Amino acid sequence: MLDLTPKEHSERTALRINSCKTCQPVGALYCALGVHNCMPYSHGSQGCVAYHRTFLTRHFKEPAIASTSSFTEGACVFGGGANLKQGTKNVFDIYDPDIIAIHTTCLSETIGDDLNSFIMDLDIPEDKLVVHSNTPSYVGSHVDGYFNMMCGFIKYLSKNTGVKNGKTAILPSWSNPGDLREFKRLAALMNVPITMFPDQSGVMDSPMTDHYEIYPKGGTTIPEITGLGDCDSVIGLGEMTVTEPCEQLKKKCRVNYEVLPYPIGVENTDKFIMALSKMNGGNIPYAIEEERGQLIDLMLDSHIWFTGKTCAIYGDPDYVLGLTSLVLEMGMIPKYVLTGTPGAAFVNKTKALFDKYDVGEKCVSKESGDLFDLHQWVKQSPVDLLIGSSYGKQIARAEDIPFVRAGFPVLDRYGHPLSPITCYKGAIRLVEQISNALLDRIDRDVPDEQFDVIM
Amino acid sequence: MDAKTMVLDKYSARIYKNRKEHIIVMDGNGEIPTIAANARSAPGIITERGCCYAGCKGVVVGPIKDVLTITHGPIGCGFYSWGTRRNQAKASKEGEPVFVQYMFSTDMQEPDIVFGGEKKLRQAIKEAMEIFNPKAIMICSTCPVGLIGDDVQAVATETEKLYGITCIAFSCEGYKGVSQSAGHHIANNGLMKQVIGTKDTPIENPFTVNILGEYNIGGDGFEQIRILNKCGIDVRTSFTGDAAIDDLKAAHMANLNLVMCHRSINYIAEMMEVKYGIPWLKVNFIGLESTCNTLRDIGKFFGDQKLIDRIEAVIAEEMAEVAAEREHYRTRLTGKTAALYVGGSRAHHYQLLLNDFGVKTVLAGYEFAHRDDYEGRDVIPTIKEDADGKNIEHMTVEADPEKYHAYLTPEQLEAVKAEIPLSEYKGMMHGMEEGSLVVDDLNHYETEAFTRILKPDIFFTGVKDKYAIQKDGTMSRQLHSYDYSGPYAGFKGAMKFGHDVVMGLYTPCWGMVSPPWKNRATIEAHIGGGN
Repeated sequence: MLDLTPKEHSERTALRINSCKTCQPVGALYCALGVHNCMPYSHGSQGCVAYHRTFLTRHFKEPAIASTSSFTEGACVFGGGANLKQGTKNVFDIYDPDIIAIHTTCLSETIGDDLNSFIMDLDIPEDKLVVHSNTPSYVGSHVDGYFNMMCGFIKYLSKNTGVKNGKTAILPSWSNPGDLREFKRLAALMNVPITMFPDQSGVMDSPMTDHYEIYPKGGTTIPEITGLGDCDSVIGLGEMTVTEPCEQLKKKCRVNYEVLPYPIGVENTDKFIMALSKMNGGNIPYAIEEERGQLIDLMLDSHIWFTGKTCAIYGDPDYVLGLTSLVLEMGMIPKYVLTGTPGAAFVNKTKALFDKYDVGEKCVSKESGDLFDLHQWVKQSPVDLLIGSSYGKQIARAEDIPFVRAGFPVLDRYGHPLSPITCYKGAIRLVEQISNALLDRIDRDVPDEQFDVIM
Repeated sequence: MDAKTMVLDKYSARIYKNRKEHIIVMDGNGEIPTIAANARSAPGIITERGCCYAGCKGVVVGPIKDVLTITHGPIGCGFYSWGTRRNQAKASKEGEPVFVQYMFSTDMQEPDIVFGGEKKLRQAIKEAMEIFNPKAIMICSTCPVGLIGDDVQAVATETEKLYGITCIAFSCEGYKGVSQSAGHHIANNGLMKQVIGTKDTPIENPFTVNILGEYNIGGDGFEQIRILNKCGIDVRTSFTGDAAIDDLKAAHMANLNLVMCHRSINYIAEMMEVKYGIPWLKVNFIGLESTCNTLRDIGKFFGDQKLIDRIEAVIAEEMAEVAAEREHYRTRLTGKTAALYVGGSRAHHYQLLLNDFGVKTVLAGYEFAHRDDYEGRDVIPTIKEDADGKNIEHMTVEADPEKYHAYLTPEQLEAVKAEIPLSEYKGMMHGMEEGSLVVDDLNHYETEAFTRILKPDIFFTGVKDKYAIQKDGTMSRQLHSYDYSGPYAGFKGAMKFGHDVVMGLYTPCWGMVSPPWKNRATIEAHIGGGN
């Protein structure tokens, strides 16, 4: 496996090998799936949307619906306006969504299609909506596409009517339905009325009913997105992803926001709970305290297996920051920390975390990196554990490293998007998964006389 | 109302007019009707199709195992085609490189779009040479490359000179043509021009063939080669599952080309016949009867009695081995109905495998096949090229004065042609039953509508459809990825397929879909007369 990867690291400026990111539009598509009765729409050639739908379907084992302008060579020359006009008409005629959310690809961005003017020319049926966002694939990553589409919805829909609706807006960065349900559950336990946007729970984890619905029950409703402008305040979950949509909402509707780290691990979850408690007068129910106490209890029980163990973490910036924070809390050393998504802030934030736990000299962090970088690091100096998306399984196999899947995409396992890795409940799940991975390895490798049944 | 009318009923006049030409009800009178195919998809309709890049890099070029293939473009295209088609490959011998576990991309950024990406592509090739020192590099272009005018062909020529390796650039921008099909054609042209015939490695066995259009999904090609070798037939190379570049270069030395996937590789099959004198035979290793027929056809081509006897012995042995298991699946599957919607060849091949188990096909369709794949190659002269296809290069070749060789004399060839489908393909519609439907470029709405009307027991399709069909209560299996199973080809593959289909139909979960309180509520409501 990956036999051609040499140990010696050579500087690369042009050749990307085994990417740790993908392109913007799939993020925009995923964001739009978190809106109720919404049809995501890709303005480009149809190969993009086929790939993006496939990517999401393979992660969730769920349908991922989206349509496309199906550019041909002619449209590249004359512009895609006619395709968009015909495409949106066909979507409303055949699939009858309440809203179409258009994103772009490198094709329509390179030829310079002006979506603002195209949309003004559309015949949109009464009570139906069209929004858009520009998502050039040659800028940033899928994470940028995700928050750009959030900005698109806010720009088109959110309004400040002057009357507050008494709700707190939660803007989560790219999350699994299991995590989104966890955010909602905790807000409900805290008695904090919320609007969460986007919300793919109920869409990308819909039940088997014997009757397929193209628009499942879940998703943030259009009135809720409009109402974001009337919220009391905004909690953004994920510093690297949702700052821009929060800022957009503030500019447009003057709603104050607080952006928190993505709530993976103890401290990050504490911050989320404290932020919610500001909304309910400081009242934190015992049920939440109990969950936190269970997590700390578990970490204490099992700490002997984690202390000083090294790991490599890779993936999307907010996930990696959260996972890094958690493993540090567990006494582990996040020796290699890497994201494919560009942005210097990622490195600064990881360094701050390393310094806080006084492991700065033992750890490396990189943005705009790839899994070839990571593999070479691991070859030079190994780690005890690997945490990240499915593509890391190649490195795990090549170097025989225990492996925990977390983040996007996880293509080769079932059920994972249903349960959280965020908040106290999710941290309990992660600690269990990490200890299982390490202990399974010990059980595999120890001689018979040291094979313990107890611990 | 028949199924076709019911489904078309929902469309606006414009879409109705277009789609009705793509949906055919077979009348069973033996005449092959005309279908509209290989035309652009209506925007917004939710086609399941991919693009030209997917057809070129993802399908044809990507599986070549010891070639380093660089996607020139932003990161997405390279990322999505990384490890997602299950074209298995293993090193030909120890120490030989296998690149299929890797993805390589120039990861174009905004400045590359503005100032051009050629400089970055050259640097990427330099880095690839320094790290991997491959014997060949291929470059696959994505949408923006053509728009900004990067001259990838010039970079490839430069690379060959600079490093003394084979370097081929494919201008397979996603917007070319109307589907993956354009990418097949572009890939075929590139391989024909710059690979096939560039290395003369003589064959040792006169019964040496190439398998064209076999990508070794789930090990299909391995199973075919196992059977052929057992019969005493050597396989020079597959195009392109588990293929090594040197074998592709020497493919012109073989004596017969076996064509599995007609759509993706018929261009090379035709050109190799003209240039090198190698006839091609349409084969099908999917299904027991099909595999037997295919082996017998190959025997007839070579006309060697020892070979023919050996083939019969292998057929007898392999069929005996699977007889009991086949009967087991047949008793569980006979009478079931299936719908098939796959890319450009499997919707035909698998009907024959399903026949082996007594399963009837009620609907079959292709994403991107052309009329000849549906109606047979006889219609090729009548196919009108539309504006979207005109810019795909049509290559013509002539007989190679030195390398042309024919296994059979012209008279022998004519005699064999009377018996076996040499340079001929009758198409999917041939043999389809009365009342069955043929649908081209089936879209999301039609998939759902036809499934509800026809109620097939199994719907074979791809991953984008699978879960929607399953949620609607119909078992769905993927015939692109084989749901991570396989091989499905050959004798052993047919049994694996039978196992997987039976497993899917009889999994206990189907009986648990409705919760008990729903059943009870229905009965009470009925008795009470309310609700």
